[in-house]
Amino acid sequence: MLDDLRNGNRRTLARAITQVENRTPAALELLNTLYPYTGNAYLIGVTGAPGTGKSTLVNALTKHIRTQHKTVGIIAVDPTSPFSGGAVLGDRIRMQDLAGDSGIFIRSMASRGQLGGLAQTTADVVRVMDAAGFDYIIIETVGAGQNEVAIATIAYTVIVVDAPGLGDDIQAIKAGTLEIADILVVNKADRPGAENTVRALKTMLTLGHRQQYVAHHGRVMLHSAEAADIDTWEVPVLKTVALESKGMDELFTAIHKHRQHLQSTGQHEKRERQRLESELLDRLQHLLLERFLTEKVSPEQLDGLVRQIVIREIAPAQAASELIGS
Amino acid sequence: MSIRVLVAKVGLDGHDRGAKVIARALRDAGMEVIYTGLQQTPDMIAEAALQEDVQIVGLSILSGAHMTLVPRVLESLKNHELDDVKVIVGGIIPADDVDKLKAIGVKGVFGPGSKTDEIITFIREQVADANA
Repeated sequence: MLDDLRNGNRRTLARAITQVENRTPAALELLNTLYPYTGNAYLIGVTGAPGTGKSTLVNALTKHIRTQHKTVGIIAVDPTSPFSGGAVLGDRIRMQDLAGDSGIFIRSMASRGQLGGLAQTTADVVRVMDAAGFDYIIIETVGAGQNEVAIATIAYTVIVVDAPGLGDDIQAIKAGTLEIADILVVNKADRPGAENTVRALKTMLTLGHRQQYVAHHGRVMLHSAEAADIDTWEVPVLKTVALESKGMDELFTAIHKHRQHLQSTGQHEKRERQRLESELLDRLQHLLLERFLTEKVSPEQLDGLVRQIVIREIAPAQAASELIGS
Repeated sequence: MSIRVLVAKVGLDGHDRGAKVIARALRDAGMEVIYTGLQQTPDMIAEAALQEDVQIVGLSILSGAHMTLVPRVLESLKNHELDDVKVIVGGIIPADDVDKLKAIGVKGVFGPGSKTDEIITFIREQVADANA
């Protein structure tokens, strides 16, 4: 399977992604064997509120990257319904220009209620595409919550897409997806109010210096960086009209600049280390819990404890300590 | 394991309400529906089916061109080595044509008045058959 994947067999790639999404034993084995062949693709995250034009921007950006004869893998994540478990994945609608190009592979992904977290599954799907040899991998998610923020941090360069008329400058300084941007894009910049949005975002950027995520022994903590750690990258605010492919040259140049910045400042290595460390610890946590639950605790014991917690006989934290102690 | 379905409008036909109703119904039945939008060529559909690794392709055709377009989609799927992907068709298809479509490999044809439950059950059976 690995050979077919690395030789560019698209059917194998598609099937491998399905296996990874379904967390089959075969997938876990494949991920282990392909891991040495990953780390070559450049990962770009695209996120932002619904309707800002993310998919259209990915379409235009991909067309631009293709003019340079680089290949692009796209992972477009849309939400799974919490009620039915189903999903409508519609990002391809905006990417029809990309059909028929064998240098592009688009995969729509439902967020599902992933065991081990959506971010982990996405990271694994990225690795499959990476091993398949794509030069760039673009991960598109709706910037709506914690999950999406976590996914975006898989990427080396995160583009946050905004559009005119979505909110004022106070929205812009609220915490959230804007904070994770390496590049801010005001799409639909031909619409009225685009200048106001650009101004609000630029003002937001001047109100404070950048903080960064630091994974510390498995916990992701946001800390105000020490002088030597401060990322000196200045987040650019770019205007695009993705529907007309306007501003793509500037956007791609900014991505390239950010890539060089990460490499020349050692940030790339540092971020990669942090991310992989926290992945290792997450996986360890998972395995330990699984093993603990299968080997040390019977379902009846667990059930009994839950009942005691429900009737306020014992606090949840105490119950957990007692289980570990037992 | 989720069932993945590609819902596509093939050819020059702008009437997509039916396709959207089906997409929504399949979503509510717990399936992952990749909706490709209007005016897809047979090759675009086959290419999307390949990349998305779907088990089912649902074609919506209201233009009357089904006898031209459906065989081409089947052919393109075959060229992409996707013989195992099952094709169903929805739209206004005369009874004579229903038999012809089935004869060339279409698994199910659903005309006006079809119940979404019926389609959901059909898809589940088809996928279960394939996995058996």
